[in-house]
Amino acid sequence: MTDRLIGVARGLLLPVLAFFTALVFGAFVIIFSDPRIVAMWTTDPLGAIGASWSAVMGAYGALIRGSIGDPVRLFGAIVALDGDAVRASFRPLSETILSSTPLILTGLAVALAFRAGLFNIGAEGQLQIGALTSVLVGFSITGLPMVIHLPLALLAGAVGGALWAFIPGILKARTGAHEVITTIMLNYVAYRLVDYSLKTPLYQREGRADPVSKFVEPSAVIPPIIEGLRAHWGIVLSLLAAVFVSWLLFRSLRGFEFRAVGLNPQAARYAGMSIGGTIVLSMMIAGALAGLAGATVVLGATRVLTPGMAAGTGFDGIAIALLGRGKPAGVVAAGFLFGALRAGSTPMQSATGIPIHLVVVIQALVIMFVAAPALVRAIYRIRAERALGTETFAKGWGG
Amino acid sequence: MKLELRGITKRFPGVVANEGVDLVVQPGEILGLLGENGAGKTTLMNVLYGLYQPDEGEILLDDQPVVFNDPGDAIAAGIGMVHQHFMLVPVFTVTENVMLGVESVSGPIRILDRAAARKRILEISERHGLRVNPDALVEDLPVGVRQRVEIIKTLYRRSDVLILDEPSAVLTPQETEELFGVMRSLVEGGTSIIFITHKLNEVLEVADRITVLRRGKVVGTTTPPETDKEKLAAMMVGRDVHLTVEKAPATPGDPMLEIRDLVVRDERGHAAVDHLDLTVRAGEIVAVAGVQGNGQTELAEAIAGLRTVDSGRILLEGRPIPESPRGVYAAGVAHVPEDRIEEGLVPGFNVAENLVLTGYWQPPYARGLALERDRIAADAGESIAQYDIRTPSAFNDIGNLSGGNQQKVIVAREFSRPVKLLLAVQPTRGLDVGSIEYIHARIVEKRDDGAAVLIVSTELDEVLGLGDRIAVMYQGRIVAILEPEEASLERLGLLMGGAHPEEHTAEELAAAAPGPRPEAPPS
Repeated sequence: MTDRLIGVARGLLLPVLAFFTALVFGAFVIIFSDPRIVAMWTTDPLGAIGASWSAVMGAYGALIRGSIGDPVRLFGAIVALDGDAVRASFRPLSETILSSTPLILTGLAVALAFRAGLFNIGAEGQLQIGALTSVLVGFSITGLPMVIHLPLALLAGAVGGALWAFIPGILKARTGAHEVITTIMLNYVAYRLVDYSLKTPLYQREGRADPVSKFVEPSAVIPPIIEGLRAHWGIVLSLLAAVFVSWLLFRSLRGFEFRAVGLNPQAARYAGMSIGGTIVLSMMIAGALAGLAGATVVLGATRVLTPGMAAGTGFDGIAIALLGRGKPAGVVAAGFLFGALRAGSTPMQSATGIPIHLVVVIQALVIMFVAAPALVRAIYRIRAERALGTETFAKGWGG
Repeated sequence: MKLELRGITKRFPGVVANEGVDLVVQPGEILGLLGENGAGKTTLMNVLYGLYQPDEGEILLDDQPVVFNDPGDAIAAGIGMVHQHFMLVPVFTVTENVMLGVESVSGPIRILDRAAARKRILEISERHGLRVNPDALVEDLPVGVRQRVEIIKTLYRRSDVLILDEPSAVLTPQETEELFGVMRSLVEGGTSIIFITHKLNEVLEVADRITVLRRGKVVGTTTPPETDKEKLAAMMVGRDVHLTVEKAPATPGDPMLEIRDLVVRDERGHAAVDHLDLTVRAGEIVAVAGVQGNGQTELAEAIAGLRTVDSGRILLEGRPIPESPRGVYAAGVAHVPEDRIEEGLVPGFNVAENLVLTGYWQPPYARGLALERDRIAADAGESIAQYDIRTPSAFNDIGNLSGGNQQKVIVAREFSRPVKLLLAVQPTRGLDVGSIEYIHARIVEKRDDGAAVLIVSTELDEVLGLGDRIAVMYQGRIVAILEPEEASLERLGLLMGGAHPEEHTAEELAAAAPGPRPEAPPS
């Protein structure tokens, strides 16, 4: 047990340091993007340092308050027994959970495929198709009780994503077409398919000229955890999906095959495993997870489908899988981190005027530092043997 | 040039790869450097070649201390290395490969001067009997000739000290003899050679002096007249070793594996196995000898269900063998594949996972869709104890084990169930003497349990030691089946080179070894 704890701590060391380093670099971005502070450096260096400090603390403070909340305010509200105030002080956390829900699922979609040696760039498109199929089931069927309608709509999302991912899977298995190319291209097709569908009478809301879908029936809406806040029970679905992926990868026969094919396809073939079957199955399960992500967005957050909805969630999934080192628990943690950054960026902008794009810069820096473990080790002078940052969970891109 | 290493120590985190190594090579001398895998030979040579910096000690050339910061320094000082895995560009010609990095140029815009390079290559090749066509593409050349190109490369760079890393691993006995001829010609011209090997008879044949490394230290230096194979093996391993496989005469039973008129094609569509017939009976070991690339790989893959049979039949106990790897496994065939890291194991998986790589899908390791992880761990513990696998635990990455222990994992996995046929391809390639002894003993044990055993090997010592019958494979066919008593190294070498099985003369020896391969003899 202690061995496992040490292992977990070692695994965390590098991502945590990468995140910290990214915040430090982000601080410089904040300072040097403020013309007032830059001008002060020549006239009043001491004042510039002070102004820099307060700008950085202001921005990061707003980011934290926007994503986690203000404990003082929460405590005050509870003491005052003010229900609305309590709810309001939970709002930042609720927004973080809301953003994290699809991010965890797309992160799992990338991580699972990566274990099988496939670089699934297509979580984005699979999410879009999942949203398209689940919203259809969500608004077109009426009169069903929620216990049937909601699972059906979620299932439709998973099936849609799985079928979309089946295409690159079968292409790779049958013809060797590289999944990086095919999934990227299918992302574009998926975007345009959503645009097109929303202009058809089947999807388009009556009386609207712009591409927007009909409203999801109340019986297919994922209920909120707390009435009045946007976080919904989809987060539980995401966490269950992480548990499922963990079981699948490490405790099931199929997962044994996924990992063997991902690490050494030749040995997998020697051992009697079907390489093509594994590629197709792992892509479809990955697609189902991404499709489910799309379903949680349209059934939980927006209740309608619009073009460009949740854009980038699939691509963030790649970053999350990388940051989470391909492990389901790591993906959950990284998903919450990215969710918090997303949720906190808008309050940060409104409170301090620092553009939300700072968060994108920080995210990008985190990924760069995670991708270059040698750099982080050099900065913090960690010896490679202790940091163990280069565990391989799949060989290359499975090309 | 005289080369001396004094007190070389090289440490890696947690291991001392070389400890106080002293080594002297006189001008015009062949020094055999002998040691098991992991004894520190390669590290020592990488220090000498400038790839590693020694933690202690110094390198002296003609008694002058030198420091090599990278291979460029070493090459400039006259040290040349022929790696075990050739460093050649396949789509370049011999000339282009040789001049790569030291291109001769002419004219104001520095155009490549292939003609000048070609002329020097021809000079070098004539002087030392390194016959090679400078205009041939490297990808078209057989391995033996590629090695000559590598040697020419070092001579082209005017090397005075030549390091040969396991040069005979890929050669036929005749090609090896030819290499030894080249080596002798080189030392006559004053070049010094360090010849790294783990083959005892070769080092006894060609070396002037022999230095033995064990666990990073020099355990002794001797000369061929003073020593013999047994003594050298004991020095390498640190205990007495049985170099000959100890086994009782075989008591063959009914035919277990029957191969009839088999044709198997390689990736390019050529008939790599060409109308081959072979029978292996229960309780006997048939060893297939042959130079790499004569269809042995394809034959083994066809039996194992990994390659489609073009025509002909493979029968196991009189019934057609299943056509999938899993079917073959279930039919009672154990398969030790040719390349343990590329094919036999999954690096990144731990020892326990690798131990169930072929049997994970059936009870007791599978229950429904789930793996029985407790059972897998428990059985792994047992296998580790029973097969003496040296690993910190069952949950260590297989990639961190030594080659011998990796092979023991495969042996443990494939031998731990009752099998009818054991198919082992190159079962001891690259292993040290101690591990070879162990694996041979296990193979004989399997035979004595009544399994039919088919060994495919390019190591003639292994073929002669293990085989109850020896089948020589040449260009996709079995050209001869010999009893061990009638098979000498020389005769096997001739047959492997394509000489006619009935008669062989000195002329044929010359005709068989170099140059283009003759047509397959009529069978």
